[in-house]
Amino acid sequence: MRSRWSYVYFGFYLLLGIVLLFLNNDLSKAVITLMNVIIVLVPLIGTIFGVMYYYNSKEFTELLLAQPLKRSSIFLGQYLGVAISLSMSLVLGLGIPFVFYGLFQSSAIWDFSLLLITGTFLTLIFTALAFNIALSNENKIKGFGYAILLWLFLAVIYDGLFLMTLIMFEDYPLDKVSLIGTMLNPIDLSRTLILLKLDISALLGYTGAVFKQFFGTSFGIIVSFVTLTLWVVLPVLRIMFKSKKKDF
Amino acid sequence: MTKTILSFIILLITSLFSHAQTINVCETCPVSTLKKAITQAKDFDTIRVKKGTYKEHSILVDKSLTIIGENYPIIDGELKGEIITITADHVTVDGLFIINVGTSYTEDYAAIRIKKSKHFLIQNLVLEKLFFGIYLEKSSYGRVYHNKIIGDAKEEYNSGNGIQLWYSNHIEIEHNYVEHVRDGIYLEFSDDCLIKNNVSAENIRYGLHFMFSNNDEYCDNTFENNGAGVAVMFSKKIKMYNNTFKENWGTASYGMLLKEINDAKIIGNTFENNTIGINIEGSNRIIYQHNNFKNNGWAIKIKGACYTNTFIENNFLYNSFDIAYNSNVNDNLFDKNYWSNYTGYDLDKDGNGDVPYRPVKLFSYIVNRTPETIILLRSMFIDIIDFSEKVSPVFTPDNLLDNKPQMKKITW
Repeated sequence: MRSRWSYVYFGFYLLLGIVLLFLNNDLSKAVITLMNVIIVLVPLIGTIFGVMYYYNSKEFTELLLAQPLKRSSIFLGQYLGVAISLSMSLVLGLGIPFVFYGLFQSSAIWDFSLLLITGTFLTLIFTALAFNIALSNENKIKGFGYAILLWLFLAVIYDGLFLMTLIMFEDYPLDKVSLIGTMLNPIDLSRTLILLKLDISALLGYTGAVFKQFFGTSFGIIVSFVTLTLWVVLPVLRIMFKSKKKDF
Repeated sequence: MTKTILSFIILLITSLFSHAQTINVCETCPVSTLKKAITQAKDFDTIRVKKGTYKEHSILVDKSLTIIGENYPIIDGELKGEIITITADHVTVDGLFIINVGTSYTEDYAAIRIKKSKHFLIQNLVLEKLFFGIYLEKSSYGRVYHNKIIGDAKEEYNSGNGIQLWYSNHIEIEHNYVEHVRDGIYLEFSDDCLIKNNVSAENIRYGLHFMFSNNDEYCDNTFENNGAGVAVMFSKKIKMYNNTFKENWGTASYGMLLKEINDAKIIGNTFENNTIGINIEGSNRIIYQHNNFKNNGWAIKIKGACYTNTFIENNFLYNSFDIAYNSNVNDNLFDKNYWSNYTGYDLDKDGNGDVPYRPVKLFSYIVNRTPETIILLRSMFIDIIDFSEKVSPVFTPDNLLDNKPQMKKITW
């Protein structure tokens, strides 16, 4: 089950990479287009696969639980299995066409690797969140609902609320607020990281300068990767904690 | 027979009157400095400067002379001040290599200053290590042709302009190359000038800067990678044809800034990779036609008080924002442009899209209001609200639309 879907996923990215390069002929442009895809699709697929996998393998999990195995290693194994196979599909699926196209000779290699790193982080984060939701909800429909809602919230609604806050408080200095607001949402954080690496940053004007000052320093980069790592670690800890206490 | 006699007489008369002689200047000649040559020369003489290095400054050319450098002799001002000052009419300066102009905070020292003179020709000069390059002051009917000006300016306050015109009319500036100065070409109170085929790049402030200069024409120039692009301000009836503005990329950069410009024509220009293609403030009755706007952050940013401008048959290609507009009222016409972001269809196959295109996105309106929101660029939420605004405009001007968006890129 898992392997079949991850092959499909791999195939999808492979195709996407090839088509993009075929149409674009320009590596750095293709990176921008890819960013749009990764920011939206990777979290969605991570969430759905995570939930789906958990519910599908529930009976098998219960069987495993009867064996003398540590609970945390069962659930962590499942989580890592899904998350890593999804990340591998992403990295290989996009990496292969780009490498064949001459990525190593191109200056876009850093942008591209940043893209893959954030993509991997997003997969890890959203799969972990999905496992959390599935663990907390026995009802499949509810679980799926919550998972989709989570994705919708972080990908769309959060930005809406963020925008509203910025407009409402436009009379106040907002660069700190917008910086914090971006840091809190992994999708926004990844988007900003990639945008600032790309040439677009000059568009961002004054706010961009503040952002560039922050993200451009090694301190900013470290802080943002720590935040992303926190977004992975906290849900994973909760998986371990929850799975220890849960009755099956 | 009569013809030959006549021509012989003419030859005789001309040789009698034009007592033009040639004075050679070289390091070992009797005349070893340009200054000495000028004092010896009479009107309409030619001074030939041979290859060598001449350490001179404050050279005053007050006679109608032709000064020609052979194999680019070096005139070294040793940073002591102005190098050549021309006050006579009909002066030609050709083929000199002028370096080390002095820097001053009270006087604008130039490599060559032309003062109240007419019918001059400045050509084939190379200027390096300069403060001001070629400075035309109340001079007219002259030509500045094929010069190369390479400065080393680092800050605005202690650097000068490459070619500066001040109260100078009917000047032709052609085929010059200016880089690393403050303003590449600067015109102030200068009317009826032609600026053609120049390249102005890597300057600290503007590639070209217009102030209070009317009826000028600039065409086929390239302005590249300047600190803030090109600024055209407070001028009337300027024609801008076939120029290229590219890579003026930075938080406060633009391809071209128009401020208080009326009745101009902007035709056939290319704006590529600029943060803002054209920034327009208080400019009226301008015709924009056959321009290419490609890969800019904002293709056109209209900042208010702009009336009856027409944008016809331009290509807007892959800009992050096509048009930013900060008012609810629109009096400008957009027609028959090609917009790469257009998603409509053309059922009757007449080349015009059937659905009007709205070039102002809601997001660009929001960004205008609250600049901080730009960090949501390329977020999915923004795409959604842009789409809903496109379907039913609420915030953006209702009539700001292109009724005949082209289906194919326009060629001309």
